[in-house]
Amino acid sequence: MSELSVNHLLGIKYLKEDDVQLIFQTADQFKEVINRPIKKVPSLRDITIANLFFENSTRTKLSFELAEKRLSADVVNFSESQSSVKKGETLIDTVQNILSMKVDMVVMRHPSPGAPIFLSKHIDASVVNAGDGTHEHPTQALLDCYSIRERLGDVAGKKVVIVGDVLHSRVALSNIFALKLLGAEVKVCGPKTLLPKHIESLGVGVESNLKKALEWCDVANMLRVQNERMVTSYFPSTREYAMQYGLTMDILRDLSKEIVIMHPGPINRGVEITSEVADSNYAIILDQVENGVAVRMAVMYLLASKIKR
Amino acid sequence: MSQKELLSARELQITIRRLAYQLIENHGDFIDTILIGIQPRGKMLAKRLAHILQNDYHIPKITIGYLDITFYRDDFRRSAKPIEANSTEIDFVVENKKVVFIDDVLYTGRSIRAALTAVQDFGRPAQIELLILIDRRFSRHLPIQPDYCGRQVDAINEEHVVVSWSEIEGQDAVFLENQ
Repeated sequence: MSELSVNHLLGIKYLKEDDVQLIFQTADQFKEVINRPIKKVPSLRDITIANLFFENSTRTKLSFELAEKRLSADVVNFSESQSSVKKGETLIDTVQNILSMKVDMVVMRHPSPGAPIFLSKHIDASVVNAGDGTHEHPTQALLDCYSIRERLGDVAGKKVVIVGDVLHSRVALSNIFALKLLGAEVKVCGPKTLLPKHIESLGVGVESNLKKALEWCDVANMLRVQNERMVTSYFPSTREYAMQYGLTMDILRDLSKEIVIMHPGPINRGVEITSEVADSNYAIILDQVENGVAVRMAVMYLLASKIKR
Repeated sequence: MSQKELLSARELQITIRRLAYQLIENHGDFIDTILIGIQPRGKMLAKRLAHILQNDYHIPKITIGYLDITFYRDDFRRSAKPIEANSTEIDFVVENKKVVFIDDVLYTGRSIRAALTAVQDFGRPAQIELLILIDRRFSRHLPIQPDYCGRQVDAINEEHVVVSWSEIEGQDAVFLENQ
């Protein structure tokens, strides 16, 4: 297989296993490219990409922009705070206006779940979801799985626990879909208030004790507590959360085997993970960031190859 | 589909040996020379040449790499069949070296054009030469000609030159196929 089965990357839910493997194989080649003295290939030199960020982001936005520039695409950036959205323009109007300027691909982050799906039905350009509310964040899940594959050889058969604020996390949902698709076993771990009801229906296990979850797993993906999305109190205090679900070096040393620690960033040091753990050899947090560029290059390269003129 | 044998296993062997000898005439001890096989099909030829140079002509050190040109092609999105990327393995400096591109078949010249662009990302070679096993004459789209050529053939567009390697296809031979 050498072509994606989809024209947009809206979520992992819409991908087949072959799609993910193709993205990984292509990302392998781009990883070699971004480690060269000249980190740039001319593949997308006739493609224009608009980055529409209706929600704040540093890592994802930079990563997408670097990936686009290393593919030689032309890039335009948009962020809501400096735009006409404040004047009452609708999403479709905003995007149609941008597309009138001959844009081929749209990378969008939006606070409303489903916004990219809605957009893909109304416009001609390829849409890449860079995070839609609490729904999906497909490129993050792809780079997480790619990093697991890089560190442990394969994703299939590995045991992965996703710890923390699963309720508000688009990273968690996309990761669950991607890990299951690739044949990993998944558990979620966190306070009951931060785990969605009926999460078992996605085929994942639930564990409320952090130590037990870590003893079971090969990889722990530590999520950030998303205070900005919380409208009510989900746990008594940050300190109590850190006591119960914060990952410390003492916990890691007590385990019977060495596990891999991941974090999608940004890290709340001292809450879900201590500085000592985040900076240790257990953590592959910075590898995730490097792989993010290669994986996003692969996604946009493969989607662009489907644009016919 | 009809198939005609252009080179038998023995003829292929003799041809590669001759190409190796021609390389020695120009590159001597290969100290400043780098062989680069163009992925995917130039890799086998580059390996065979390196093997002959080292074992039969006792050249102590041959530097060999493989270059994938997928991301540099000018037919991206224009070809009916999507192209799969292969790996680039160049872990040495090409700056001021004499580079020899190695590929199995030279047809339109577009792959070599892409390879010329691609290799620049690794530095500025002193010189670049082109070694080709089969040259399809009179079918070039670009002004690119080989410096070393195993065999010239005249083939029409519907015809296809296929180089088969014993390591991959189980047989050493070159065929002209008509689809």
